[in-house]
Amino acid sequence: MNYIGIDIGSTASKVSVFKDDDLKLNIVMPTGWNSVDTSNKIKEELVKKGIDVEKSKVIATGYGRVSVPYAHKTITEITCHGKGAYYLAQEDLTVIDIGGQDTKIITVEDGNVSNFTMNDKCAAGTGRFMELMANTLNVSIDEMAQMALKGRNINITSMCTVFAESEVISLIGSGANREDIARGVVNSIIGRIKSLLNKHGVKGSLYLTGGLCELEPFIQLLSEEIGSEVKTGPLGRYAGSIGGALLAKNIEI
Amino acid sequence: MGDYKKMWQDPNMDIEKHDILCAALPEQFGDIYLTQKNRPDAMNYFNYVVAEIHGARIMELEKYKKEGGSVVGTFCVFVPDEVILATKAIGVGLCSGSQFWIEDGEKVLPRNICPLVKAFAGAKIGLTCPYFQSCDMIVGETTCDAKKKAWEIMDEYMPVHVMELPQMKREKNIKEWEDEIKIFINRMEELTGNKVTVESLKKGIDVCNRKRRALKRLYDLRKNIPSPISGLDALLVSQVAFSDDPERFIEKTEELCDELEERVKELKPNGKKRIMVTGTPMALPNWKLHSIVEGLNAEIVVEETCTGTRYFENEVSTEGDTIDELVRNMAERYMDINCACFTPNEGRTEDIVKYAEEYNIDGVIYYNLSFCHTYAIEYEKIEKVLKEKDIPLLKIETDYSEEDTGQIKTRVEAFLEMI
Repeated sequence: MNYIGIDIGSTASKVSVFKDDDLKLNIVMPTGWNSVDTSNKIKEELVKKGIDVEKSKVIATGYGRVSVPYAHKTITEITCHGKGAYYLAQEDLTVIDIGGQDTKIITVEDGNVSNFTMNDKCAAGTGRFMELMANTLNVSIDEMAQMALKGRNINITSMCTVFAESEVISLIGSGANREDIARGVVNSIIGRIKSLLNKHGVKGSLYLTGGLCELEPFIQLLSEEIGSEVKTGPLGRYAGSIGGALLAKNIEI
Repeated sequence: MGDYKKMWQDPNMDIEKHDILCAALPEQFGDIYLTQKNRPDAMNYFNYVVAEIHGARIMELEKYKKEGGSVVGTFCVFVPDEVILATKAIGVGLCSGSQFWIEDGEKVLPRNICPLVKAFAGAKIGLTCPYFQSCDMIVGETTCDAKKKAWEIMDEYMPVHVMELPQMKREKNIKEWEDEIKIFINRMEELTGNKVTVESLKKGIDVCNRKRRALKRLYDLRKNIPSPISGLDALLVSQVAFSDDPERFIEKTEELCDELEERVKELKPNGKKRIMVTGTPMALPNWKLHSIVEGLNAEIVVEETCTGTRYFENEVSTEGDTIDELVRNMAERYMDINCACFTPNEGRTEDIVKYAEEYNIDGVIYYNLSFCHTYAIEYEKIEKVLKEKDIPLLKIETDYSEEDTGQIKTRVEAFLEMI
């Protein structure tokens, strides 16, 4: 039997498929502007790879979770990310999930979510912020993170994404070093995460999920600033869909 | 709702703008309330009150005024209704629960204060609340800085009487509140021309106590598993309590409770998570959190808020033969309300822990209107105690706008999955 987790995020959609206890397949694609279209595309993609969606158990998660007509159940991304990260790390942990539109801190104890904190309706400290600032600097996110490693911090004081963008534009205008600005941008995201972590409290090791999980320079700076190692892995971006697939095992259809 | 255009013109309303509000409310009410399944029949009265919220009740107020009576508007559970009743005036809780009024409120108030304060100011200066227009005077209090300073602005538009609520609960503070009640008695006597007597005050106390008892009975019924009434419906009853005729409200609420008592005998467990809401008030028509929570697999069974237990807990003793003694009884009862404006305010934590047990709570949602600092700060204390007691807690900070509904829904849903 196949178990499928579909995580329709605000920016990217992720799919994971388990056959019994084995993780067989992961797919990522842009969500685009229509979640229903995306979920149909996902179905086509799965069928192409030889997975009989009709005979599988499917859980949808993420902000577009209600737009997956063939899902048997929806579960929030918070519960799914907790489950998925626990599967990836194989130990109780505190998850830092940097998503496209929000950032969450999730405590996992005995394999289950025991507490969580989410940023308020604001894009500061999210993947979207990173993307916007990289656009303003006219580089890719990868390049911006690389640049940040070489730069010296400039304080970006604005908490708001819109104002932070104008601040970055003024900094560019005033001739500031681009590496330094990049460092300022990355530090401002890390600052937000740090304050969420401080408020929430840390139990066990730290584990990063979401689209930034393969951004080595970012993870390095994040660990340095927080003062303890942040673990992650290439599957970190699939934590939500993996968690969804694992939870699909327990549902009755 | 009937055609009341003529009546609204009398008290100087902005009819066009008010029409927009009147058009939106039935739709919102229909979507949230009338779609609920298996509602008690006795809720029909409360549906009617909402349908006629700016109609029939206003007509009653206008009629009363024509006969020489007075109407005063209030905003807070600390204003002693007993005094208003003793001077034969009508007291009404005023509009402050809709995003509709925020824009007008922000014309005179800073944006970063609580939506409740911005809404009531907007309702008055935008001339879109017939209750305001019917009032001869409004009664304010000093429960927070935003309200305290907003009264000065409201004073430019209509007569305002402000009661200074002490911020601590020592004996000297209770005495101060006694003095404030006496000053309020004088002001009400001047306004209405009616003297407060021992007899009229005792009568006022009796009406208010019976109203408290009716609400307490309703809340006690919600302790059943499952509750015989939705949190949405119970909230509506609490909200209506502030503006309805007290005797009629008592009668209708008792009728509702009679029906619920019968229901309890038939009900079987429904597996829904039982939620307590604690925090800031939900003025009509603020149904945002309740509709999100009850749209999921959960029921709200108690509100430790001003539109909940803080409004009806504890009665005023009628023992005593002088006005002084009765005023003392009132001061003691009101100073026993556990509002975050007091320092310290340990009673609130004790209440929450007690209710969690009495109502068999699975989780607590801390509802904080944006920029309500006293409640936002007090969260820390409550969180600590609930953690010790192993009671799950979720904080939701929000205003009246709809744009964060999706995010709140995700948080509440994840919270329900967790507990």
